[in-house]
Formats: sequence, C-alpha cells, structure tokens
Amino acid sequence: MLTRRLLSLLDLRAAIAVAVLLSAAVLVPILLLATPQNFPLHMPPYVVALLGKYLCYAILAVALDLVWGYCGILSLGHGAFFALGGYAMGMYLMRQIGTRGVYANPILPDFMVFLNWKALPVTWWGFDWFPYAMLMVLLAPGVLAFAFGYLAFRSRVTGVYLSIITQAMTYALLLAFFRNDMGFGGNNGLTDFKDILGFNVQSDETRAALFSVSALALIVAILIGRYLVTSKFGKVLIAIRDAESRTRFIGYRVENYKLAVFTLSAMMAGVAGALYVPQVGIINPSEFSPAQSIEAVIWVAVGGRGTLVGAALGAVLVNFAKTWFTGALPEYWLFALGLLFILVTLFLPKGILGLIDHMKRRTAPASIDGDVQNGATAAR
Amino acid sequence: MRSVFARVFLTLSLVLMLAPARAADVDLKSALSGFLADSFPSTQKAIEAVVQSGSSQAPAIIEALQDERLYFARDAQLVAYKTKGGELREAATGGPVATTPQDLKQVRLNNRLRGIVNAAVGALTLMSSNPERRREAANAVFKSRDASTLPTLDSAIAKETDPATRTALEQARASVILAKSDSSDAQKIDAIGVLRARGDQDALAMLSAVAAGPETLEKSAAQAAAAAIETRLALWRNLQNVWYGLSLGSVLLLAAIGLAITFGVMGIINMAHGEMVMLGAYTTFVVQEYCRTSAPGLFNYSLFIAIPLAFLVTGAVGVVIERSIIRFLYGRPLETLLATFGVSLLLQQAVRTIFGANNREVGAPSFMSGAFHLGGLEITYGRMWIIVFALVVFAALQLLLRFTSFGLRMRAVTQNRRMASSMGIDTNRIDALAFGLGSGIAGMAGVALSQIDNVSPNLGQSYIIDSFMVVVFGGVGNLWGTFLGAALLGVANKFLEPFAGAVLGKIALLVFIILFIQKRPRGLFALKGRAVEA
Repeated sequence: MLTRRLLSLLDLRAAIAVAVLLSAAVLVPILLLATPQNFPLHMPPYVVALLGKYLCYAILAVALDLVWGYCGILSLGHGAFFALGGYAMGMYLMRQIGTRGVYANPILPDFMVFLNWKALPVTWWGFDWFPYAMLMVLLAPGVLAFAFGYLAFRSRVTGVYLSIITQAMTYALLLAFFRNDMGFGGNNGLTDFKDILGFNVQSDETRAALFSVSALALIVAILIGRYLVTSKFGKVLIAIRDAESRTRFIGYRVENYKLAVFTLSAMMAGVAGALYVPQVGIINPSEFSPAQSIEAVIWVAVGGRGTLVGAALGAVLVNFAKTWFTGALPEYWLFALGLLFILVTLFLPKGILGLIDHMKRRTAPASIDGDVQNGATAAR
Repeated sequence: MRSVFARVFLTLSLVLMLAPARAADVDLKSALSGFLADSFPSTQKAIEAVVQSGSSQAPAIIEALQDERLYFARDAQLVAYKTKGGELREAATGGPVATTPQDLKQVRLNNRLRGIVNAAVGALTLMSSNPERRREAANAVFKSRDASTLPTLDSAIAKETDPATRTALEQARASVILAKSDSSDAQKIDAIGVLRARGDQDALAMLSAVAAGPETLEKSAAQAAAAAIETRLALWRNLQNVWYGLSLGSVLLLAAIGLAITFGVMGIINMAHGEMVMLGAYTTFVVQEYCRTSAPGLFNYSLFIAIPLAFLVTGAVGVVIERSIIRFLYGRPLETLLATFGVSLLLQQAVRTIFGANNREVGAPSFMSGAFHLGGLEITYGRMWIIVFALVVFAALQLLLRFTSFGLRMRAVTQNRRMASSMGIDTNRIDALAFGLGSGIAGMAGVALSQIDNVSPNLGQSYIIDSFMVVVFGGVGNLWGTFLGAALLGVANKFLEPFAGAVLGKIALLVFIILFIQKRPRGLFALKGRAVEA
C-alpha cells in the first residue's frame, strides 16, 4: 500500500532524478575515497564539496518551486530561510570548536570573547546538543515563515506586493545580522568550524558523507513535493495559483493552504541551508542579501517552474555556469546572469523541461502533463 | 601650584599695566630696552611695558616673542624680530634691519614668562582693532575661563562699540566670573542671566556644573537657567531632526517618484529602477569630467547641464527597455520583475566594465557647499537645494500629468487601456513614453544623489528597496501618497535613529511597513473602485 503510493509519486522525471541522485550518493563517495589520486575518474575533495553545495541549492530551488510553481507565491525572501537554517547549523558547529578557538574559551565562540562578552546569550543555549540544533534548523525558518505568512496571507497581500515585502523581510534580516550586538558574529558570520558529530569537517570521509546526505535530502524533498502536489492538497494549491478568488468562493480557506505550503517550504529551505554550511565552511549575513534570493528564483525559472525536478536541475545548471564563469570570465558572469533572467522570462517561460515537453509534443502529440501546461498562467 | 601663582601674579600685573596704559604713553623704545638685559625679571618688565605702550608695533613684538622669534643685540642696542618669512625687522619701527649684528641673541623665556606672554597676546587680541579677532579672542576666553583676563575683558567691554562683539565679550566675562571662586553672589547671578541668554550647549554645561554644585544662592538660578536652556535646545534638536528627516524624505521622494510612475501608475515592476538612478549619477560624473578637462568655467553649472542630459539618457534607456523587453510581459508582473532584475544586473556590470568598480568622485558646485544657521538649525546648502529640487520635480510631474495632452493620454491608458485605444490613443507609444518618463525622472534623481552619495555601480541597489517601500506605503497609483510616504518615512527614520541607532531604526521601519501593508494592503491612499481589482 505504502510502496504503491510511493511509486505513484514517481513519474518518469522524478524517477530519473531519484535514480541519478541515488547513484550519485553512492558513486561520489566511492570516487572520492576508494579510488587512487591518479585514477581518471577520481574526484578531488573540492569537487565533492562543490557538488554538495549545488545539491543544497537544488533543495532550496525545490522548496521555492513548491510555493512559486504550484501556489503562485513568488517569494523573494527564501534566501532568508536558507540562511536561518544555515545559522542554526553554524551555531552548533561553533559550539563544537570548544577550546580549539584562537582564544581557547571552552564556552564562548571567538567573536564573543573578542567582543568582551562574559556569558553565552540565551539564543545560543542548547546549540551544543545536535538534536536541539536540528530542531532549530526547522523551527527558526518555520516560525518566521508562519508568522510572516499568517500576517500576509490573512490580509490577502498577494502578487507583487508579497514579493516586495518578502524582499524587505530578508533585507531587514540582512541589516540585523550585520550587527555585532545580535550575537551571530556580525559581518564575519560564523566560520572556522572543526567537527560535526565528532568527525572532522575537513576530512574526505565527512565530505563524502555530507554529499550523500545532501543527495538523500534532495530525494526526500522531491518526494515530499511530489506527494503534496499529487494529493488533493496540491490540486487546491494549483487552483489557488490559477484563480485565487474563484478557489476562495468555492469555499476553500485559501490563506490556510498558502500558509501551510509556505511554512513547509521555508523549513525545507532551512534544511538546505543547514547542509550547505558544513560543506562550504562559513555562513555570513550576505546569504540574506535580496540578490541571493532572486538568484534562487531564476534557478527555478531556468529549470521550469511547477516541475520540482526542473527546479533542482536549474539550480545545478545555473550554479555550474556560475562556477565556470567566475573562474574563467569573472567579468562576464553578471552579464550572463542578467541575460539569463531576460531570455528565460521572454523565451522560455516554462524553462528547460517545458522546452523538452514542447519538442516532444511536436514529434508525437500525446497527453499533456497538467502541471506543466499551467506553467504559463502561473503567478498571475 | 606654579600656574596658580602665575595667574594671580599675572592678574595683578595686567591690572597694573593696563590701568595707566592710556594715561601715559610710555616710550616703546625704553620699554624695549628691558629685553637687552637678558634676565627673566627684566624681560618680564619689558613685556608689560610693551603692552602698556599701546604702540601699533606691540602685537607684532609680543607674537614674535610667543613664537620665540624675538632677538636682541646688546652692543648695537637693537631689539629685532624675525617675520614668519625669516626677515629681520627692527622692533621699534618695524623697518628692516640693514646689517645683522654679530652678537644677535634670542630673547629667552621660561615657563612662567611664556604664561605671561600668552596672557599678553590674549589681552592684545581682545584690544585688537579687528572686531572679528576680538570676537574670536572672546570665544577663546569663554572656553578657557581664565580669571586673569578679567581686567582686560572689563576694559575691552567698556571700549566696545560693535553690539555682537560686545555680547561675546560679556558672555566671556560671565563665564569667567562663574568659574571664579571669589565672585560675589550678585555677580554670579548676573552671569547666569547672561549665559541663559546665550543658551547653547556650552552655556548649558557651565550652568549644569553650578546647578550640581554646593547649596548656594546662585544654585537655584542656575538650575532654572539650565532647565530653560535644555527645553530650548530640545526644541531645536527636534526641529533639526525634522529637517534631517525632510532631507532624507526628499531623497526618498526623488528616488521613488519615477517608480511611482512606472510601478504606481503603469503597474510595471521595474527592478532596474535603481540602475536608472545610477545612470543619472554617472551622467553627472561624465559631464563634470568633460567640464574639468574642456571647459573649467562651466564646472559650477555642470549640474544644470547634467539634469536635462541625465533625463534624456535614462529616459532613452527606459524607452529601449520598454520596447525590447517589458512590452512582451504586460499582464505578467512577476515575469516583469525577473526580467527587469536581469536588466539591472546587465546595467550594473556594464557600468562596472566601463567606469570601474570603484567610487567615482563627483564634485559639488560652489552654491551646493557650505551651510548657514537659522536660529538653532544648521542648514547645509546641498541638502536644501536637494529638497527644493525634489519639490520642483514633483510639482512639474503633477502639472505634466494634469495639464498636458500627454498626461491626459497617459491617465486614460492607465484607467482603461481598451477604451483609450478605441478613442484613437496609440497605447504602445504612451506606454513607451510613460516608462521613459519614469526612468528619466530616476535619472534626474541620480544627479541629485550624486551630490550626497558615493557614485558607484551599486548606487542603485541601495535605493531600490527603499523606493518600493515608499511607493507601497504611500499607496500605488497616487503621487501624493508617494510624496507623503517619503516625507513620513524620512522623518520617522531620523526620529528613530537617536533611540535605536541607524541600523535598528531602519529595521524597525521595514518591519513597520511590512506590518502596515498587512493592515492596509494598498497603502496610505488606496485607489478605490473596480479598476483596482482588475
């Protein structure tokens, strides 16, 4: 029964995505750890960390696609949820440093010693305990999204207005986290991590494990997403996206649906941030910058919104391009990104997956996937 | 200990030397002969005698002594000083010394004498013929509260004819009397009255010290005076905050007013709006560079050249963006948002490639620099002209929308596109022109902002969120809402800053707007009617 329901979540694309991710979760650690340095397919640790970072971005993209692609909520503040999850993980990692910091204070992180603080602020209590930190990874973005969404959706702030105030939200958090008084490391953020769960963050084995965990988390995110959008709940979301007033008049409490999916999506983004931090080795306030959140939107748009798998694909592709550009042609990355924004919105409204569908339909007219068909009218 | 003794001694000596100064014109030459002895007591006598002589040469001699530029030659019976340029001049006449004597020696000073010389310089400046210098000296005494200057002050006040300088001297005297332990109560209460009339931060500090001091007759007077000054200062501080707030508001208004056209009136989300502001600022930079290299005489007028030019440049860029991108996305606001964000990235990087990533220096023409005082307000010309400019732009835009045929067409298209089209209005053309107008205004805002902000490729980003906040807060589709929104947010920001600090104040304001939009999703002045829901 459960397996049947699970299998029904896997349409062709999701199945391919899960298969690819599962094999990556197994193969990448093998290529990193078990192959000799001179083996042609050997993966150096930095590549594994980079791929792991892409996967975290992909989870963020899936989370964003869930609210934008299926419910028409264009959040320009999802980077804030991602960063909050990241900070929660960063705080756990800071507490694991212990006496190995520059000032060798067993309780206080270096920056607090530097600021001459005497005791650990309340916000940091309990973060040395991993389960509590993980709870916070979910709760911090979740509570913020719930409070924000409760206010916004109840008073029917929609469309562009919602986008602008989500942007204002992440901007306000950016300003707040820059302050030293906040107790989150100010400008420099949290860095210089040593251990996670007793394993060295820098070691190859930990990197491989983190990569596999990220791949599995992405699979789970896609499955949760698929589960939601194929359920009745998902149908209501799509109805809200396409005709919000009509859905309300039929009798659905639109704001509750929106709030639920928004909060869930924020928690997903938080998990992505938490996996991101140990692999990248730093979290600082720049993750809150509005530009970061808009960039996440373009990943979804490139891959194809309302497809989940496409969002993940877009995140990986765009970030791969970013890595390549910033290495080879740093001057031109913003040109490329800017053009990508313009060209995708003008010529590829359904993203890469939409393009593939379009070409398939040309060659063999077949049944059209309902979700993708609605992509064009999304976010009205 | 020694300095106290020196002061008491000095007071006495100055009283002694000033009292008969005008009575008998002592010969400068005989006064100078005291320097020849090369002993400290006779040097001291010589200093007093020179001051007493009232000669026009006295200030130059005493100043030279202060800088240790005074020399003597015993054999030649010559006292001379070197000018700051190093030229030797005869002290008695000020004329040049023909042949420098062999035994020319510097007049030596010890610390006690230096104190006497400094007091003498102060006394001489208080007596200076230039009212400006007298006032400066009075202000210096006001701050130093040196009791030894009291006799000089008294005689200076008696002689003073210029009312402003006289007030300054009297205030200096009051400050000295209040600091002196042996002044009588009546004198002190008079002094408190004078300081109360002065009513600034310095006077407040002096009065507070007395008010916090031991129980005396003048204590209650000082307390009352301090309280009165505090109330006055608080009033001015609030007014100053209002002024700063209006100044910030005018900047917000300038940045947001173009957006009020494109977003508010046309409903286009232009994320590249900030970059239009930036382009305007860079236009100013280019114009100024041109003036610097080719026509230095025009530099003072560079802003007047830059304003229309910035309007044309950014307006043209706006029309191009509208025709090439935005017109395909009408009715899809979220896509417009993304596409124009792409445009903003392109423009930023283009400017960075052309002009470099560093800040560019844009100079202020002479009429923009400096400040003046209005009561207790300090008003800088730059800020004042920006407020004026914002008001002019706003008024011009209102007139344009209300009284020109273009404005009429634009309003018609916004209200009912199909109907306007049926009436023969070329809606595509109006769309392009309206977008160009909004962008052009942003460019003019850039000219103004180049005067107060760093001109860098990131200039626009720092304004875009604020601009959206102003437009959304004020109410979309309503220019007056934008106007009031900008002024309110500017003033609120400046009043929050002293309590919460600049960053927290800004955060508080953002949170306030987010909450405000929950309450009134369509801003302060909401448009009503069917068009809103469409």
